[in-house]
Amino acid sequence: MMRLIHLFLVFSLLSVLAVGGGTAVLPEMQHMTVHTFHWLTDAQFRNIYSLGQVAPGPNMLMVLVIGYQLAGWAGMVVVGIAFFLPDCIITLFVNRWWVHLGGWPWRVSIQRGLAPVAIGLMTSGTYAIARLSIVDAKTLAIAVVVFGILLWRHVNPGVLVLVGGAVYLLLS
Amino acid sequence: MRKEGWLDDEGFLGAMEISETLPGLNAVNMAIIMGDNLRGLTGAVVSVVGMLLPGSIVVMTLGILYQSNHTNPDVKSFLLGIAAAAVGLLSAVTLQIGRRQFRQLPDIAIIALTFLAVSFAKLPLPVVLLGLGPISVWLYRPEISKPRAQDEHLPFHRGERHHLFRH
Repeated sequence: MMRLIHLFLVFSLLSVLAVGGGTAVLPEMQHMTVHTFHWLTDAQFRNIYSLGQVAPGPNMLMVLVIGYQLAGWAGMVVVGIAFFLPDCIITLFVNRWWVHLGGWPWRVSIQRGLAPVAIGLMTSGTYAIARLSIVDAKTLAIAVVVFGILLWRHVNPGVLVLVGGAVYLLLS
Repeated sequence: MRKEGWLDDEGFLGAMEISETLPGLNAVNMAIIMGDNLRGLTGAVVSVVGMLLPGSIVVMTLGILYQSNHTNPDVKSFLLGIAAAAVGLLSAVTLQIGRRQFRQLPDIAIIALTFLAVSFAKLPLPVVLLGLGPISVWLYRPEISKPRAQDEHLPFHRGERHHLFRH
């Protein structure tokens, strides 16, 4: 029961802090689940993150697997609610209120000001996954090639990520 | 959205604007806003469930398979390759979403400070957000950021649909 409460608190905190989306809270999520609570090892965190990359829909659905791994089906439900519901409620209220803010000059300031913070956090999220997964020349090459392909043209990222996994499997 | 006649470009951009400023996954926030605008609370609930349910089933299936195979070296290699590919993907997504910001000096400074604070100083996320957030908003306070063309304020532009939207 204590663990479910901790899971709820950790993931609802991450939910309201997710300015810039899921990638932005990855470092904090890794810190909490691996270092603060010792629920997962770095490798487990990375592997579960990879599962989210393969599934359709938002890849942060992988938090469900973290909940399941730690506390079974109840853990999955608690983490799912904690991670998604607070943001949904915030968005619902702000959406209904946003039109009234049309002429408020700070609305633009908040948008402009939070954008670089969100991008900095996404950079940190990317770096966190890089620290866990770029372990040799082959993984580095896979990351660089995927990056290059995506800058060059539109390719389904889900397919690219699967190919990356298959290539590493064949090379190892 | 356009095909179904649910939304015009103006509505799409407005929804995108709110989704990106608020915490949470952009795609989920978009689903809430579009559902709410079309059918109120019921619409919001239905569209979020529709967005999350298929992926949840797949990811949980994979999660259960992973639990019984996590010691298999092939599974480990495959997942490591996926994570490495994800790094390339996340880099491309971050660069694309931030392409405006990566070209402007005050924004580059805030991006760098945020990155250093989280990844090297290891400051807790609430501290970073409450510290750098208000400073950055202050840099763009109303008397400084005089209204420009509407699109200037958006990380996304008209006509460029985001192919990396899942993130």
